[in-house]
Amino acid sequence: MKPMNFRRPQGQHRSTFRSPAGTALILPAAVLALSFSSPAAAQGNVSKAEADAKLRYCEVCHGVSAQGFHGYYPIPRLAGQPTEYLKNQLQAFVEHRRTSNIMFNVGHVLSPAMIDALTTDFNQLNPKPLGGAPKENIDEGKNIFENGVAAANVPACASCHGPQAKGNGPFPRLAGQLYDYITAKLTNWDKERGQNPSSPDTSAVMQPIAHSLTQPQIKAVAAYLSYLE
Amino acid sequence: MRSLNSLQFNRTTRARFVWLVSQKLKSAGSHVGLAALILTFVLVGTVSAQHRISLSGDVQAKISYCKDCHGVSAQGFNGYYPIPRLAGQQPEYIENQLRAFIEHRRTNNIMFNVAHSLSPAMINALTAHFASLNPPPIGGAPRQLVATGRKIFEDGMPEVNIAACAACHGPEATGSGQIPRLAGQLYPYMIKTLGSWDKERGRNPTVPDAAAIMSPVAHSLNKSQIEAVAAFVSTLRSPRGTPNAVQ
Amino acid sequence: MRGNRLKAAVLIAFCWIYHPAAGDAEVLAVRNCNWCHGGSASGYPPAPALAAQRPQYVAKQLANFRAHTRDTPFSRQYMWGAARNLDAESVRNLALYFASLPPRAASDGVPSLVGLGQTIYQQGMPEANIVACVVCHGPNGEGIRDIPRLGGLDSTYLRRRLEQWNQGYHAAAGPPMISIASKLSDDQIDALASYLSFVK
Repeated sequence: MKPMNFRRPQGQHRSTFRSPAGTALILPAAVLALSFSSPAAAQGNVSKAEADAKLRYCEVCHGVSAQGFHGYYPIPRLAGQPTEYLKNQLQAFVEHRRTSNIMFNVGHVLSPAMIDALTTDFNQLNPKPLGGAPKENIDEGKNIFENGVAAANVPACASCHGPQAKGNGPFPRLAGQLYDYITAKLTNWDKERGQNPSSPDTSAVMQPIAHSLTQPQIKAVAAYLSYLE
Repeated sequence: MRSLNSLQFNRTTRARFVWLVSQKLKSAGSHVGLAALILTFVLVGTVSAQHRISLSGDVQAKISYCKDCHGVSAQGFNGYYPIPRLAGQQPEYIENQLRAFIEHRRTNNIMFNVAHSLSPAMINALTAHFASLNPPPIGGAPRQLVATGRKIFEDGMPEVNIAACAACHGPEATGSGQIPRLAGQLYPYMIKTLGSWDKERGRNPTVPDAAAIMSPVAHSLNKSQIEAVAAFVSTLRSPRGTPNAVQ
Repeated sequence: MRGNRLKAAVLIAFCWIYHPAAGDAEVLAVRNCNWCHGGSASGYPPAPALAAQRPQYVAKQLANFRAHTRDTPFSRQYMWGAARNLDAESVRNLALYFASLPPRAASDGVPSLVGLGQTIYQQGMPEANIVACVVCHGPNGEGIRDIPRLGGLDSTYLRRRLEQWNQGYHAAAGPPMISIASKLSDDQIDALASYLSFVK
C-alpha cells in the first residue's frame, strides 16, 4: 500500500492506470502522459540534471561528498554505503520503522529511479573520514571490532560488517562514519530502529549487541571506526 | 559637562572613603590606626579584585558598547541597517564571525574595525555574556507567513530540494557550535542575509569558509519562502539550546 | 522672554480654535511652527530644522512633548504648549508635511572639525567604545522610521542634544542614545555636530 502522499514524478509509465469511467479514457490519458514525458523519463530513468540536483540537495545536510556533517544532530556519512542498505533505510523512514520527520519527507519524494541513481552515486563517493573523535581508546575499539567481546556474547563486528568495515548488502559500511552518530545509534538502538511493531525489521539483529556493549566500549568502537578509510 | 563613567566614579568614591578613614585614624593618633588603614586598603583591594574577576570594568564597557547597536540585552535593533540579535547566540559562531570580519570573509567596514579592537580574552568574555542573554524576540514580522515558514523550517521541501533547516539549526533553531542560533533573529536581517548570501559571506576566495554550506540552501529558496522562514524564526522564543542532542 | 510666552499663548489659542482638515497641515505649519522653526521649516535657533525630518520621528516627538517625556528647558518652555492641543490627525499631517520639504544643510559647523566628525559618524571608534552613528542614522544622516535625520541640522542644536543626555534630561531618547552620548568627549561632540551640519 502506497503512502497517501506518494507522488509520481511527471511522465512515469502509467501501465496500471484505470479510469473509473472505463477504458475509454486510457487513450487520451496515454496521450497526455506521453506529452509530458521526456524519452528518458518514459523508460523509468531520471535525467542526469535531476539526479545531480537531488544529490547536491542531499549533500547540504549529509556534507560535502556525503562525508557526514555535525549539524544540530550528527548527520551520517552516506559515502561508500552499500546500495541495498541505503534503499532499506529510505524505505524504513517511509514505513516509520525509523522515526525521523525530516527523512520521512525526503523518502516520500524519491521515485524508485531516483533512489537507484542516488544510491549508486553515494556508493561511489569516497571522501576522507570527517574525523575529530577522541583517540585514546582506538586500540580497544579495534579489538572489539575484530574480536568482539566474548564475555558479553558480543560477536565480532567484522563478521558482518566486513574486516575493513565496508559493509555488504544489507549491512552498512561503518568505516569513516561519524563518531557521535555511531555512539548515538548504539546507545539508543531501541528508540531508533525497528519502531514499527507491525513491520518487523532486520535491525533486530543489532539489538542484543547494542544492549550488551557498555558505554565506554561503544565509544571506543565508534572512535576506531570513525577514522577508518 | 560630562558625567564620569561608572568605573571612575567608583574609584573616586573608594579613594575618598579610604582618605576619610585615614584622617579619622590619624586624629585618634595610634599605630592601630595605621594597621587599620592598611587593612582597609587590603579589604578594598580584595573587593575590587573580586569585582574584576566577575565582570571587569573593561568588559562591562565593551558589552555596553556592543549593545549600543545590537540593542537592549543584545536583542537586535532595526537601525538604518538591521542589526542582528546576539542574545543566546552560539559562542563559537560569534567567534567565527568576528574572525570572518577580520579576514574579509564577510565585508563590513564597521565590524572589521570592531573585531580588530577585541583581544581573544575579551572575545571569550563577550561571547559568554551574549550566550547567557535571552530577551524576548523583537517581533514585527507579518504573522500570516509564520505557518509556511514553520513548515519549511521543520520539514524542508524535498520535492524542490530545500533541506529542513532544523536538521542543522535544531528543532528550536538554537544552533550548535558554529551553526548559528536563528531563534528570535530579526525578520529584516534574516531576509537580507538569505537573500544575498553570496554577496555577504565567504567573500575571501583564499580563505575557506564554512558559509559555503549555506549557499545552495539560500539559492534554492525563493523570495516568498525566505520571507516565510524569516518570519517564523523571528517569532521563536527558545531556551538556550543544548547542542548535539540525540535525535 | 515675555515675547516668547506671548507667542506660545497665541499658538495654543490658535491650535485650540483652528482644527485643520486633512491637507491643511501646510497652513497650520506656516502660521504656527514657522514662527520658531523658520521659513520652510528650515530651522531658526534654538528650534531645529524640521524640513525632511522623518515623519514617524516628528510624530513621536510631538507625542513626547504632549506627555512631557521630553523635558529639556526649551521643550518645557515652548514645545509643551505648542503640542498640547494638536489632535492625532494634525500630528500626522504635520509630520507628513515636514517630511515632504526638501532638506537644507545649516552648514554652520567648524570646517576643521569635519574630518573627525566624519570618522566618528561613519566608522565609530571601537577602541573607545564609540559606535558608528551611520548604522542607525544612515549613510547620509537621513534617518529611517522613527530614527531622526541628523544631516543638515544646525551644529548648536546637535551639540546641545548630545550634551543633554549626559546632563540627565530624559529628552525622550531611543534606548541607546544615553549610553552612546555618555562615551563622547566634548571634542568628539563638537566634531560630530560640525560634520553633520554640512551633511545634506
